[in-house]
Amino acid sequence: MFGKSKKANSYQLVGRKVPYLFISPWIIGFLVFTLGPLAFSLVMSFFDWPITSDATFIGIDNYKKMFTNDPQFYKSLWITLKFAAIFVPLNLVIALILALLITQPVKGMKFFRTIFYMPAVVSGVAISIIWGWIFNSEYGILNYILSLIGIDGPRWLIDPKWAILTIVIASAWGVGTMMLIFYTDIKGIPAEIYEAAAIDGASPLRQFISITIPSITPTILFNVITSVIAALQQLTLVILLTGGGPLKSTYFYGLYVFNNAFKHHRLGYASANAWFMFIVILILTMIIFKSSSTWVFYENEVKKEGKKKK
Amino acid sequence: MKMSKKHKVIIYGLLGLFSLYFLLPFVWVILSALKTQAEVFSFPPKIFPKVPQWHNFVDAWNSQPFGTYLMNSVIVTVMTTLGQLISCSLVAYGFARYDFKYKNILFVLLLATMMIPWDVTMIPLYMEFNLFGWINTLKPLIVPAFFGSAYYIFLLRQFLMNIPKDLENAARIDGANEFQIFFKIFVPIMKAPLILIAVLNILLVWNDYLGPLIYLQDQSKYTLALGLAAFKGVHTLQILPIMAITLVMIVPPVVVFLFAQKYIVEGTSGSIK
Repeated sequence: MFGKSKKANSYQLVGRKVPYLFISPWIIGFLVFTLGPLAFSLVMSFFDWPITSDATFIGIDNYKKMFTNDPQFYKSLWITLKFAAIFVPLNLVIALILALLITQPVKGMKFFRTIFYMPAVVSGVAISIIWGWIFNSEYGILNYILSLIGIDGPRWLIDPKWAILTIVIASAWGVGTMMLIFYTDIKGIPAEIYEAAAIDGASPLRQFISITIPSITPTILFNVITSVIAALQQLTLVILLTGGGPLKSTYFYGLYVFNNAFKHHRLGYASANAWFMFIVILILTMIIFKSSSTWVFYENEVKKEGKKKK
Repeated sequence: MKMSKKHKVIIYGLLGLFSLYFLLPFVWVILSALKTQAEVFSFPPKIFPKVPQWHNFVDAWNSQPFGTYLMNSVIVTVMTTLGQLISCSLVAYGFARYDFKYKNILFVLLLATMMIPWDVTMIPLYMEFNLFGWINTLKPLIVPAFFGSAYYIFLLRQFLMNIPKDLENAARIDGANEFQIFFKIFVPIMKAPLILIAVLNILLVWNDYLGPLIYLQDQSKYTLALGLAAFKGVHTLQILPIMAITLVMIVPPVVVFLFAQKYIVEGTSGSIK
């Protein structure tokens, strides 16, 4: 109105401090509960830091020891990567199938959506108890059901070969969150696109491959990243369902770090372990993001380009 | 869209199959919790209890200070929810409705914090809370909530970005100050996303196990999740009370979810894009 840009105008009106007042809780929290601890743990990772005596600076010895002189580090890393390699694709596929099912125009979908999501609101403690009881090798219902169809069920939680699978199955029970994210995205695809495709004679499978999947690639990206991060940090179920056993077959990386810190009180070493995983997660996320430019399509991009042409 | 009968049968078949996976474990816990000791430890398993043992719940509840645990869980859940609602709405409003220096850098930083694995900050946070004298109190579980949480702030900001700027400009012309605008105009508008983050936070905090595990030592400070896990750890063979308390622990989040389902479903659709 006065010939100034809108931006300058609103600055004058509200004063410069007001916005910072609004965001100040987060800034304080970020410094005290995130950035401070983050920096401090990096520093700690270069120290021998027992809980009882003084810390001594040891340079990169923690990292050296981790890579060259700690077989458990590699074992735990391997188990965790194996878990992620099974869990992430499985979870994505199940979530996608469920989301497709509950977007079908048939009766009772709301009911099924509720059932599928319900385990996602249950505590890890409860999940571990519920599935621990189902997998119980003496009284468990699962092996009983398997025996009815002539299968001699394995000793799930006692056999090192099977224990990791029990954690996969119990974790996948909470797939509802991811299902819901896919569901709301698929519902947002305009029905006309499918109708047009159907008129052109595209089969449901063809429609799924050519319409549904390309439309939800940003959501797939989001779900891949969040589930990779979650899988690499799985801890609650490991502590409660298997305790890392049998024979350390489920001694996940999260448990390895946790025990180094709170059981063996090697705080500097545990910090180095944690920083290593942080960097792994950063690199993995970056790789996934980089690759995403080839398979993720954003609606806005198409629109923007369309506008430019005009 | 019309669907063939065959198509429908396949869909319901799959739905039924998946329902077994998601529903049966709940049913099995309920059935187990109502059995007698002899019934629960029989093989082949008896599916139904002969006479439902409702007293199992009372016995289980009285065998440990579960009342205290429940109280602690309620305190932590209520306080953190309050803290998140206040702090996140303020911060999200700041990010969504103002232009200021370093805004974009700060917001990217906020989003980046979501990627930090919790075990990187776990040890220094423990030491920090120890320094404050907060170990073995509920404070480490409660206080950080009053400084906001990146994901909730993000959700609220996305919501606030879609509201036209005219709203506060009109109020400014009428002489309202910035905080009045926030409380009188925007807080009521934010009702739906605020309910969403309250629900998400209630579920998260009620179910949290690792936080209480690290910070709480005395039984009198335990939350329900930690108390149940500790009980199970010591009394592995007491399946009846374990099942009974597990059910008690599941009920509140399931009820909250059933009531707030609409907000969760709608909130999910807005969060990604």
